[in-house]
Amino acid sequence: MKSKWWIIGLSIALLLAVISPIASKFPDGLDRFAEDNNFVDKASEPAFMVVPDYSFPGIDNEATATIVAGLLGTLLLFGFVFGLASMLKSKHEA
Amino acid sequence: MHIPDGFLSAPVAVATGVVAVAAIAVAVKVTNKKMGEKQVPMMGVLAAFIFAAQMLNFPVAGGTSGHFIGAALAAILLGPWTTVLILSSVLVVQCLVFQDGGLLALGANITNMGIIAGFSSYYIYKGIDALFQHKKAGTLVGAGVGAWFSVVLASLVCAAELSISGTSPWAIAVPAMGGVHILIGVGEGLITVAVLSLIMAARADLLKLQVA
Repeated sequence: MKSKWWIIGLSIALLLAVISPIASKFPDGLDRFAEDNNFVDKASEPAFMVVPDYSFPGIDNEATATIVAGLLGTLLLFGFVFGLASMLKSKHEA
Repeated sequence: MHIPDGFLSAPVAVATGVVAVAAIAVAVKVTNKKMGEKQVPMMGVLAAFIFAAQMLNFPVAGGTSGHFIGAALAAILLGPWTTVLILSSVLVVQCLVFQDGGLLALGANITNMGIIAGFSSYYIYKGIDALFQHKKAGTLVGAGVGAWFSVVLASLVCAAELSISGTSPWAIAVPAMGGVHILIGVGEGLITVAVLSLIMAARADLLKLQVA
């Protein structure tokens, strides 16, 4: 297998983002605990919103908005951490 | 397990913030010294994969879901300090762009899902792998058990932070958070073992990138 392995890895991550609308809508362990013990209301609204709730603003179709948000985040993290790692590595080799 | 703002007291937010900043500073130093060319794409792919996989909540008991954290997978592939950098990056983007996890709670979330989950799974994995004399079975058993503990221990530290903050008493927070994460941890273990099996079968050399 000589094709670049990381392109396959990134493709798998992007595929997960595409299927992300199938995720369970149940609250997660911490949210459920907060709801059951009546302190969920203590959560404050964020000071600013960019892509809240993994739903890209301005897209009416809920699944599409989630997929776009997921692809954006996946690519953003690949780029950001690849860049960070390159910086750390190049300093090392300089 | 992303703590929103409002659940933590100021002292807990500050203390965990200091822990997170200190850990990131050490992680930068350590990876800077030890990381080579080969680890760069692995770090990027892991960050992307962990972000996407964290979106896929899976149902556990009683109308509750859980999601993959990924610290164990990252720690086994690259080591615990690199994991601190990867998970911190994921949590910062989730917080700033997706409003998942509070800004003031960022230190606590990095402490729980990056530092606690990464280091605990790494050393449990290392121990079990050595017991099995580094055979294939040892890698997978160690990965599964380490991943399970990473979620349970992170949830217990999260419960402690909520208790110290006065949000929920110890006697309620510890069994409630621990109890549900015993189940969620099984999912973490299964996903971690599945991904490692896939890597073993396709590109076993990628299991030898551990740096720090």
